[in-house]
Amino acid sequence: MNSVPGIAFQILQSVFVVLAAPLLTGWVNQCRAWLQNRSAPSILLPYFTLAKLFHKDAVFARDASPIFRWTPYILFGCMWLAAGIVPVLATGLPFAPAADIIALVGVFALARMFSALAAMDVGTSFGGLGARREMLIGFLAEPAMLMTLFTAAFISGSTQLTTIVDTLAHREFALYPSLAFAAVAFLMVLLAENARIPIDNPTTHLELTMVHEALILEYSARHLALIEWAVAIKLFAYMTIGIALFLPWGIADAGDWSALPYAFAALAGKLALAGAGLALIEALLAKLRLFLAPEFLSTAFLLAVLGMLTHFLVKG
Amino acid sequence: MSKAFEELGLDATPLAGAMPAFCVSIPAGELRGICEQARARKARLVALWGSDETPRRAGYALHLALGFPSGLLWLSVPLSREDPHYPGIADIYASANRMQRAAADLLGIIPSVDADRRKWLRHGAWPEGAFPLRKTVEAAARFAQGPDRYPFIPVEGEGVHEIPVGPVHAGTIEPGHFRFSIVGEKILRLEERLGYKHKGIEKRFEQMTLEEGAKLAGRVSGDSTVAYAWAYAMAVEGATGTEPPPRALALRGILLELERIANHLGDLGYLGNDVALSFGFFQFWRLKEDLLRTHAQLFGHRYLMDAIVPGGVAKDLPRGAGESLTAHLERIEREVAALKSIYDEHAGAQDRFIMTGQVTPALAERMGLTGLAGRASGIARDLRVDYAIPPYQQLDPRAASHTRGDVAARVAVRFDEVFESMRLVQALVQQLPPGDIRAPLAAAAAGARGVGWIEGWRGEVLIALETAAANRIHRLHPHDPSWQNWPLLEHAVHGNIVPDFPLINKSFNLSYSGVDL
Repeated sequence: MNSVPGIAFQILQSVFVVLAAPLLTGWVNQCRAWLQNRSAPSILLPYFTLAKLFHKDAVFARDASPIFRWTPYILFGCMWLAAGIVPVLATGLPFAPAADIIALVGVFALARMFSALAAMDVGTSFGGLGARREMLIGFLAEPAMLMTLFTAAFISGSTQLTTIVDTLAHREFALYPSLAFAAVAFLMVLLAENARIPIDNPTTHLELTMVHEALILEYSARHLALIEWAVAIKLFAYMTIGIALFLPWGIADAGDWSALPYAFAALAGKLALAGAGLALIEALLAKLRLFLAPEFLSTAFLLAVLGMLTHFLVKG
Repeated sequence: MSKAFEELGLDATPLAGAMPAFCVSIPAGELRGICEQARARKARLVALWGSDETPRRAGYALHLALGFPSGLLWLSVPLSREDPHYPGIADIYASANRMQRAAADLLGIIPSVDADRRKWLRHGAWPEGAFPLRKTVEAAARFAQGPDRYPFIPVEGEGVHEIPVGPVHAGTIEPGHFRFSIVGEKILRLEERLGYKHKGIEKRFEQMTLEEGAKLAGRVSGDSTVAYAWAYAMAVEGATGTEPPPRALALRGILLELERIANHLGDLGYLGNDVALSFGFFQFWRLKEDLLRTHAQLFGHRYLMDAIVPGGVAKDLPRGAGESLTAHLERIEREVAALKSIYDEHAGAQDRFIMTGQVTPALAERMGLTGLAGRASGIARDLRVDYAIPPYQQLDPRAASHTRGDVAARVAVRFDEVFESMRLVQALVQQLPPGDIRAPLAAAAAGARGVGWIEGWRGEVLIALETAAANRIHRLHPHDPSWQNWPLLEHAVHGNIVPDFPLINKSFNLSYSGVDL
């Protein structure tokens, strides 16, 4: 497995994810604009924003500690690592056995912990407020996420993502009722974890209502760029996890160069659909009152558990 | 007409002007008794302000405007130059608190009964003991920037902490400071600190002639420019005895209703935006933008500034424009009706609106809530309905009335008023009388008084004017309904959660500039 083509595939996928993630964000924004009857910004706008931020001078709060400075790099690293674990283009990547689904959730949790610490670090009231809300959402979203992944793990008998995807992708077409429950639960977790409507509003300027934006209010320039980029990679990673679990068809085996163009095309098509779907959800829903967020995530958890029970009941 | 005031033992003199208004001077000792009786007769406090009468060889004066069913009563209380104290009335009319404090900051006239003597408008721009609205202070005077210490009322207890918000905000909104005391996400107390936009408007008026003042009056609070300009024109016309032609009055009615529609459309969009329903935001703002462009086309200004001048209006409706305006409004009306059903049926939005930021009718009555927010809390007062003056007397306007007092009720009032205003504009356009649009302004005698009282989109706007010699302004107080409604916002957020504050705030949408003056 650790052959030269496998490593080449790993590098290719890691670079691809980092470079393509802002494009997905741009696509979601574009779809959202169209659904609101607006003329859309360029799909490349996130790249221009990142370039602009990298050219600016960073400003720090006077009493910011090193945690505040390191956090953007940690966030970016965590998200990149997560994207390296998920089989985006191919299964059997050499990096994949290093971490399973539990570690994946752990990587996201690590990123969350550091962003909350950094938000509290400078001592602004909004940072503390945002950190508190982020943890409230996080501690409910993580178990739901784990349960969802476990359902898929039970089907394939492994917690390795690459094995799960291999199993699911290469079976004859069959409907798994357990996976249907898990897919809905996963979608709800995706919305909450990526600070989307109805849990958070990524475009708001109202400090008092923010969750994710409140955490990063004090960042500027390259640090903000890294965080924005990490957010884009996180959305990309979540969508590819969803695709890998629930729509895995068309994925290539590591080292199989001939399957790569097809894998690219399949991924692009699936991401375009997923992005448009996310925009549609965001256009249709209003933001929930903050205290309904736990209810929303408990529902996700419940659905994930139901999925797992269904698996044992119907063996599928 | 003044019989109502005889019961109070007052011999009030009627003031010339479009609105029924009366004035009377009373000694300071009778102030509280009269206020208590007025309160018992369901009269509301419309405004409270002070003036410097020292150039007239007197002291200072405190002025109150009380709203009775039969009209406005302008009470003047002369105060001595050496000891300008008066018995405060904030325990009778709660909304008087901030107005008394503002008058104390500007003129040094001090309420002697009330406990709350904290400063209000004075931040650090002038020192304690200086009173910029006194006639002895030059209009161009500059003071050294001083320290600004303000004792907020602390809330203590286990797990209680404060969040200071503003005066600089993340969006392009006006500056105001909000001090939240919260436990978890729950708001225990909110205290507002305003005055960041104080720009000395009242002092500036005193350097102006009656003609010049019109432009400034239209800029006291930019989103209510028509209401202020009309109120100013009404006050000047009253003081000078000028009768504006009927065509001008009908055009003023059209302008005021257009301003109401445009502001309500904008607010309905913002309320959608605050619950992250961006679809609503963009649809309503598209409608508002279309209307603003029509304003610019027909009246030369997107926000209708300077369209109303003392004596009439500046610009006639172009020939044939009436039909196109009516057609445009019909198109907006259809779209608003469709959007209303989307808002009404959107479970997510309704869940955020209903029972959020509630002001019960009893609280509203006690605290003197007014205007749009008042009509959402069971106080069905509307100057256009209560004193049907031209051009409204033929149109039978209806006041919106809801009683739940939450964000949903304030949304409902806006929808009702948009539809009603569209009907009024269409009726006014159809019955537009022929003739002149502007009457020449007569000269005013020194010491003449005039009152302008107009139901703007936010609530009742009052302009109280007293002239000086040579057609100049001795004292002019522009009063925004936000004075009454800001304190209610502090009550409305009780028990709500912090992330709902922006929504509640937006549902009131109060003016900063209009109260900071």
